[in-house]
Amino acid sequence: MIKEIVLNKIKSIVGADNFTTSDEHRIVYSYDATPVLNQLPDAVVFPENAEQISAIMKLANEEKFAVIPRGAGTGLSGGSIPVENSIVLVMTKWRKIIELDIDNQTILVEPGVITETIDLEANKFNLFYPPDPGSIKVCTIGGNVAENAGGLRGLKYGVTKNYVLGIEFVSPTGELIWTGGKNFKDVAGYNLRDILVGSEGTLGIFTKILLRLIPRPKLSKTILAAFSTNVDSGKAVAEITSSGITPAMLEFLDNTTIKCVEDYAKIGLDTSINSLLIIEVDGKTSEVEDDQNKIKNICEKNNALYVKIAKDENEANKLKAARRSAFSALARVSPTTILEDATVPRSKLPEMLEAIQKIVKEEDVMLGNFGHAGDGNLHPTCLTDEGNSTELHKAEKTFERIFNTAIKLGGTITGEHGVGLAKKNFLELQIGSAGLEFMKKIKSVWDPNNVLNPGKIFSLKPKCEGVLPSNKNQIKNFEEGI
Amino acid sequence: MNNFYSHLDLPSEEIISSCIHCGMCLQSCPTYNLTFDELSSPRGRIRLIKYVAEGKLQLTEKFAYEMNFCLDCQACETACPAGVKYGSLVEAARVQVEHSEYTSSLSRLIKKVAFRKILPNFKYLKLFAKLLRFYQNSLIGKFAAKILRVISKKLYEVNRLAPRVSSFFTDEIFPEKIQPLNEKKFTVLFPVGCLMNVMFAEENKDTIELLTKLGCEVIIPKKQTCCGSLPAHNGDLEQARKLAKATLESFKEYDFDFVISNSAGCGAFMKEYKHILKDDKEYSSLAKKFSDKVKDITEFLYQNYDFTQFKSEEPLDITYHEPCHLVHTQKVSNEPKLILLQIQNLNLIPLNEATWCCGSAGIYNVVNYEPALKILERKMNNIKNTNAKIVLTGNPGCLGQIRYGKEIFNMNVEVLHPVTLLNRIIKSGDLK
Ligand SMILES: Cc1cc2nc3c(=O)[nH]c(=O)nc-3n(C[C@H](O)[C@H](O)[C@H](O)COP(=O)(O)OP(=O)(O)OC[C@H]3O[C@@H](n4cnc5c(N)ncnc54)[C@H](O)[C@@H]3O)c2cc1C
Ligand code: SF4
Ligand code: SF4
Repeated sequence: MIKEIVLNKIKSIVGADNFTTSDEHRIVYSYDATPVLNQLPDAVVFPENAEQISAIMKLANEEKFAVIPRGAGTGLSGGSIPVENSIVLVMTKWRKIIELDIDNQTILVEPGVITETIDLEANKFNLFYPPDPGSIKVCTIGGNVAENAGGLRGLKYGVTKNYVLGIEFVSPTGELIWTGGKNFKDVAGYNLRDILVGSEGTLGIFTKILLRLIPRPKLSKTILAAFSTNVDSGKAVAEITSSGITPAMLEFLDNTTIKCVEDYAKIGLDTSINSLLIIEVDGKTSEVEDDQNKIKNICEKNNALYVKIAKDENEANKLKAARRSAFSALARVSPTTILEDATVPRSKLPEMLEAIQKIVKEEDVMLGNFGHAGDGNLHPTCLTDEGNSTELHKAEKTFERIFNTAIKLGGTITGEHGVGLAKKNFLELQIGSAGLEFMKKIKSVWDPNNVLNPGKIFSLKPKCEGVLPSNKNQIKNFEEGI
Repeated sequence: MNNFYSHLDLPSEEIISSCIHCGMCLQSCPTYNLTFDELSSPRGRIRLIKYVAEGKLQLTEKFAYEMNFCLDCQACETACPAGVKYGSLVEAARVQVEHSEYTSSLSRLIKKVAFRKILPNFKYLKLFAKLLRFYQNSLIGKFAAKILRVISKKLYEVNRLAPRVSSFFTDEIFPEKIQPLNEKKFTVLFPVGCLMNVMFAEENKDTIELLTKLGCEVIIPKKQTCCGSLPAHNGDLEQARKLAKATLESFKEYDFDFVISNSAGCGAFMKEYKHILKDDKEYSSLAKKFSDKVKDITEFLYQNYDFTQFKSEEPLDITYHEPCHLVHTQKVSNEPKLILLQIQNLNLIPLNEATWCCGSAGIYNVVNYEPALKILERKMNNIKNTNAKIVLTGNPGCLGQIRYGKEIFNMNVEVLHPVTLLNRIIKSGDLK
């Protein structure tokens, strides 16, 4: 526990109204969207400006408590879950759009702005902010930058990192720094901006974010293709992406997912089919029609049961919204849904799908599978029950095998949700021990006292200095890297 | 028992564990949008309810406050992909709060006097309403309002919030059975509703006239009481069950095709009878039969009639606010809009955030005046931006609240129940 006198100091920085240690507040900031994991913080603060954040970080370094930045708490790797001896720093009230620069096609926002709001704002000027994670209606842009979030349109338009131009952030030691800017070209010094993107709240707390916008595509069409096996749809995906067409979106849903999504959205999905592709093409009118026909042919060649085209924007939006709900909708089947985001180079997708099917059978687990098939990013989701330890164990084993397969195929353990707490144990497997050690070195240079979101991505072993631990709990904390 | 709840109606463990804390409901929640604090979000409230249920958190004052700060608008239910039945959780939690020491004195007073004494008894209700009407029209009323303003802004506003009592009561001007104006198509039961009867008698009159023009024989059950919805939605489930049974009793003697409700809250609750009485040996089958016949008036109209032949005399710009208990609880959302779209010369302008609560939420605006006002302001701004001349909404609470909003924000817009507009447009004899 953080000492009373330290808590009082924090309180005097942000003011009594923005500080709480109430049980109720600690409880509702003890989790994010990650299954199973949670931990109570000692306090919750709502900072009002960068100076307050800076003062908190300086105090954290003096008094050695941990600071956990938090956006909307929709993260799926435990990024904003507290650790022992920590305070949660909530950024959801930072909702101002500071500037939309039409000439340079940029938008400057506070980190608590909801991702969808940014695109809606851009839309008013016929501009476009493409990254659209499934959680687009609720997650914050700060969380997106910290996780380098992807989305449904990743295949054609890339992910969050492709749109971040500049960041104002408070460093772990409390300095307020601006990095990047509106320049298209800028090579002045190290590129701090890009290491902050995807840093999972461990290298800095963002206070302003400058994003690139692009012109809005003129037309888009949404296509629905049904298949009787996952392998057929996998092949269709591989063929579409290698045929020279780049769909804006190429989403895959298996039968379990289709059923759950339909149960929620009631949009008339055919629940008898085995797998479904939702494909969006956009661009100039002639291009779109051309691509649409080519895609139709490819799907039919790969044994599609039928191919349909959404009749208007309304129908297309409903389809996309339904797809975005997939993860949560799967919860209709079982109390705990554990979703992963193993990703492989897209040519390996059919192999990956086949391997997953085999693993699921052998481990005897229930699994819903869906994902951004176009960029090889799958979301195998285990439908299990955290109250049942045998089931939970089976789920863990399944994922271990899925991760291993992904790595073997040249893929990654996480395509977009981050390592956080949830996948710490698998990181070394992918990047090797030298890579891991190098990352740790970077962290200890930025954050010598390991106070900003410690224990995420990897654990730092304590240096052999300072007071010796006097009780078991302290040793445990040390091992956790806190 | 291993929890900190004291009353028998426990929040369901199954529902609690169906929430996977994904957060997809956050943005749809009006109270979260006031505070941007997880504490006043659906996900946060579910977690608190869980902790109290597991005995990890005492039923504290803050807990009680959060449960009552929730509007029970159920927008989060509509948003939740996992199908979490949030409404029944918070209602159960409120029962617990009511049985704790942390119930606000104002809400306790309302619940004790209004829900337990006045609502159940039609005679009392009308007597009370007559007194109130006298008060509202009298010099004393005007004088009292001035004094209240001096004593407390809040009390003054609460006084203004009360919709004006109608100049007549529905059940006093209509007989028990009203014959259709043309060939009979259906026999419908029309519970005039306790509040609708005395405060919204105009809307009731419009409903009855409209139904008879459309070939319905309308029965107004003589012995009815409050259907139980107000107490149910405010943490008094015991009283609500009692009233539900009394309602079933009073309707038993009639033969009818449908039960028609023009109050979204009452309709929602009457559809719930079959769930809340499912374990009751005596009433379960009657409740099921009854609930299955309950229809919101717009749902009934859309399913049984075609409105394309009707035309508004002059072109009208209108918009539609979706009552929570209609869109989120009963999932009736397209029907009213489709009817309005069918009628010629009506220009239905989409209302931004139409499915957001207006802040009325039963007695919420009385107990939580300040947050309700902020939520109302947001609603009124959205209405203003449509430039519509008429805003339609099918629920007494919403009608009262939006009319109040129109007054305090000085807006030039007519606030009507959809049946009122339909009754203006559809002439008797229009339908052969
Ligand atoms: C239903 C559902 C669908 C999803 N779909 C996708 C998807 O398609 N693609 C995808 O990539 N992700 C997806 N996610 C995961 C999640 O929404 C993203 O990771 C998102 O970026 C998290 O944003 P948040 O605001 O909720 O951040 P949080 O969960 O609160 O935090 C995430 C991380 O960001 C850090 N952080 C937050 N704010 C700041 C700040 N201002 N400065 C520094 N660090 C900060 C936190 O410390 C934490 O490490 C989905 C989640 C759900 C529940
Ligand atoms: S109520 Fe539904 S949408 Fe909200 S957090 Fe729980 S599961 Fe997610
Ligand atoms: S019922 Fe309404 S106010 Fe209550 S948590 Fe749900 S959305 Fe929020």
